[in-house]
Amino acid sequence: MSTGNAFLVLSAFLASGVEFVEALTIVLAAGLARGWRSSLAGLGAATVVLAVVVAALGPALTVIPLQALRLVVGALLLVFGLQWLRKAILRASGYKALHDEDAIFARELAEAHGAARVERAGVDWYGFTLAFKGVLLEGLEVVFIVLTFGSAQGSIPLAAAGAAGALVLVAGVGIAVRAPLARVPENAMKFAVGVMLTTFGIFWSAEGAGAHWPGADASLLGVLGFVVLSSILLVRLLRRERRARFRAAEVRA
Amino acid sequence: MSRLAAFGRFWWEFVIGDDWLVAVLVAAGIGATAALAAAGVTAWWLLPLAVLFVLWLSLRRAIRSA
Repeated sequence: MSTGNAFLVLSAFLASGVEFVEALTIVLAAGLARGWRSSLAGLGAATVVLAVVVAALGPALTVIPLQALRLVVGALLLVFGLQWLRKAILRASGYKALHDEDAIFARELAEAHGAARVERAGVDWYGFTLAFKGVLLEGLEVVFIVLTFGSAQGSIPLAAAGAAGALVLVAGVGIAVRAPLARVPENAMKFAVGVMLTTFGIFWSAEGAGAHWPGADASLLGVLGFVVLSSILLVRLLRRERRARFRAAEVRA
Repeated sequence: MSRLAAFGRFWWEFVIGDDWLVAVLVAAGIGATAALAAAGVTAWWLLPLAVLFVLWLSLRRAIRSA
């Protein structure tokens, strides 16, 4: 497997895994608070909508010329990836609260318990829409990542295989424990996904713009190293700055 | 109309997020890379440096507005 394809599978696996963990939390909260029928109906309906999106967009992306596709996809991934990376760096340096799946689950559960019960077509409407919206929104990110990564790298099936692996793992563990996957190192995974998205975004958008990377696909490793080192450096700089601010505030107090 | 606006807002927040300047500067960086490449100049180095600058700038903005 080439460097590009290995990165493709790993990136799709990690990015999809993070989204599936978040979707699982919402489905579990809806199921436990409002009943499994409405929660699973929402999950099923969202899966059908996502399948339609994939069926409509997947083939359309494969007919676009590769260079134009890489330019557009690279730019989108770069903007998207920088959002993830910025949040991950802010979390790692202490400027933003860490993502806590247990706390999110408790909040969703409390809200779901407190909502009024309205039945439509035999299912609890709140539970259905909670699960539907959660799975659809998290799933759209998975679809976006699988289709853009897959089409730009020339293999949607490989990207889909990475996402499917993550789905099997998260769903399997979720069914086994019936609790939010709080032990998954989600913050570290989000950091890794931000790094991967940004790396692919730089690589493809530069290629799409007409630049030639020395060493072709192998230079992905170089770009990855650059993004990782830059991110670590930024985390350290921001941590130091934050500590200095605290010390200055303490001295003033 | 409100549904159309909500649809547009969803995609804006989904792709652009909470710092529009990132998208603008990324587009400028890609444009500059394309211009260098079209002029026959080696251009692969520009985007990584531009991304580092954009990331730093966006972090500063996020910290200031927090």
